[in-house]
Amino acid sequence: MTPTQPADAGATTETIAGIISAHAHLEGPLLPMLHALQDEFGYVPAEAHAPLCKALKITAAELKGVLSFYHDFKDRPHGRHVLKICRAEACQSVGGTAMAEHLLAKLGLDWHGTTPDGALTVEPVYCLGMCACAPAAMVDETLIGRLDESRLNKALKSVGVRATGAEVSA
Amino acid sequence: MKIYVPMDSAAKALGADEVAEAIRAEVEMRGLEAEIVRNGTRGMIWLEPLVEIDMDGERLAYGPISEDDVPALLDGKIEALGKVEDMPFFARQTRLTFGRCGLIDPLSLADYEVHGGLAGLRRAIAMPQDAIIDEVKLSGLRGRGGAGFPTGIKWDTVRLAKAPQKYIVCNADEGDSGTFADRMIMEGDPFTLIEGMAIAGLGCGATKGYVYTRSEYPDAVAVMRRAIEIARGAGVLGADVLGSGRAFDMEVRVGAGAYVCGEETSLLNSLEGKRGVVRAKPPLPALEGFLGRPTVVNNVISLATVPVIFAKGAEHYANFGLGRSKGTMPIQIAGNVKFGGLFETAFGMSLGELVNDIAGGTASGRPVKAVQVGGPLGAYLHPDQFDTPFGYEEFDGQKALIGHAGIVVFDDTADMLSMARFAMEFCAVESCGKCTPCRIGAVRGVETIDRIKEGDESAIPLLTDLCETMVDGSLCALGGFTPYPVMSALRHFPEDFTSQKEAAE
Repeated sequence: MTPTQPADAGATTETIAGIISAHAHLEGPLLPMLHALQDEFGYVPAEAHAPLCKALKITAAELKGVLSFYHDFKDRPHGRHVLKICRAEACQSVGGTAMAEHLLAKLGLDWHGTTPDGALTVEPVYCLGMCACAPAAMVDETLIGRLDESRLNKALKSVGVRATGAEVSA
Repeated sequence: MKIYVPMDSAAKALGADEVAEAIRAEVEMRGLEAEIVRNGTRGMIWLEPLVEIDMDGERLAYGPISEDDVPALLDGKIEALGKVEDMPFFARQTRLTFGRCGLIDPLSLADYEVHGGLAGLRRAIAMPQDAIIDEVKLSGLRGRGGAGFPTGIKWDTVRLAKAPQKYIVCNADEGDSGTFADRMIMEGDPFTLIEGMAIAGLGCGATKGYVYTRSEYPDAVAVMRRAIEIARGAGVLGADVLGSGRAFDMEVRVGAGAYVCGEETSLLNSLEGKRGVVRAKPPLPALEGFLGRPTVVNNVISLATVPVIFAKGAEHYANFGLGRSKGTMPIQIAGNVKFGGLFETAFGMSLGELVNDIAGGTASGRPVKAVQVGGPLGAYLHPDQFDTPFGYEEFDGQKALIGHAGIVVFDDTADMLSMARFAMEFCAVESCGKCTPCRIGAVRGVETIDRIKEGDESAIPLLTDLCETMVDGSLCALGGFTPYPVMSALRHFPEDFTSQKEAAE
């Protein structure tokens, strides 16, 4: 998932309108629309709020309520890559808590933090379904089982991020 | 020669994609006649990536295989584990729901049919609606998501409801730590879920289905979407299901990282595009569900078990099990264990046999301290309770629950006060906020446990009282069941709640 910055306001308006109309025929279309917007922009841009409300006949408060309810939806750009580390019980049973603390310290980040160059954001996640090969993490959509520092670094490298969390090209 | 390399996401998390690529390159370099099949996992996760080579009519397993092992593997220099079916962990199982998982190419409808797929749907098409429901009732199938409600009764309520549109909603929002059965079957045998939903649609008179799953499961989402396209193309889904003249179609919807959406009424709100807050019941979703219409909400495993019930008959299924817990349960063995994975077996095996024998004890080699069964809302069981047979009523009698049948094993380094605190913290993070006992109770729970940690023993009765309020006053299982792990930790491991004070003195 590499968020693209909108080239100009006109393109954004058009893209937003396109995403909304592509999902308008669905029953309960709001979440699919928000996912598609986030896939396109890396977050749900404020410019999309008014057209969403108009298309779905909901108030700004209702939309805000939905956006703030779900952990996934972001209102501003986060890192170009996202590292999710599992905090749930199965991972804890094999030292996941200490491993997460160690990796956060190595990256110099706290939960929800982003590296200074904007390459990587770290988020907690509660279960990736990797409970029989815990601890687990996910870099973008690549899963890592039996998580340790070298396995994480390999996964980060594959998306062009150094072990420090900085982008290779940066 | 056929070479099977799983595309299950746990196998991929352990390097299966790299192994498959290395095999492809090596096969090409050597000019071998070999077809590489990406199957689901057989469920023995400690052996992943588990490669199977089918040659001269014999399919042998090798694992775990790394990229570097591939040349030796193709040279025949790696010792085979034998046939999967003969390996003890597998041979001791009764695979009904997961019979095809790992065996077949998940996205080959032809492979699916060769292994018994669609036989159940074909039989259901020839049956009147009430006979379909009776078959499910006779099988004794109960909701595999955790609540254990009889599936046939739920279906009958929807069948009898009068409405212009009814829905089948599959709850694939598998957020419980220690569980992965839903993910595994969606990635390993997606057509069985599609077939089960189609049978539910025919039985209840619903023409539209949704699979609501997690954004944390991108692989399962992709496989399910592809399988639905294939099924639609082959006429299994659509306006005329297998030439029956009856319609059923379905789509996948993806949640957005909210655990509470695994609760059926939250899920329905989320599916409608609202905040995933819990709805008060009644009205039951079976009468007023998705968009206010009659809706079956069933867990993945419940629906994925329906085809085998129809293919082999309800009595065949009901002959397995214990008491009112009929059939089989895919038990997910996770956490600090030697042999982690999915073990499908008839209800009735004791917890101790599962932990010490099947799972082989802890991976760390240290003594087992506690086992959490049923996810973050399930109780911690003490080894003293290991003779409890795996069944709904039997676990209820231990103030525990089997939930979605995930078991997470902890060794003696676990601090149960920390685990109790985590349960409250998790509830506070994931509470939908609708009811006070859950929204406020979870926050106060964390604070109260912190007081106990600091040596304030007077906070223990307060925690007990708070837990009672949460159990009695919460709208759904999140607030209502969070006290299970908290109180079981306090009850069975009191030393972890007092030693802090003694250490301070």
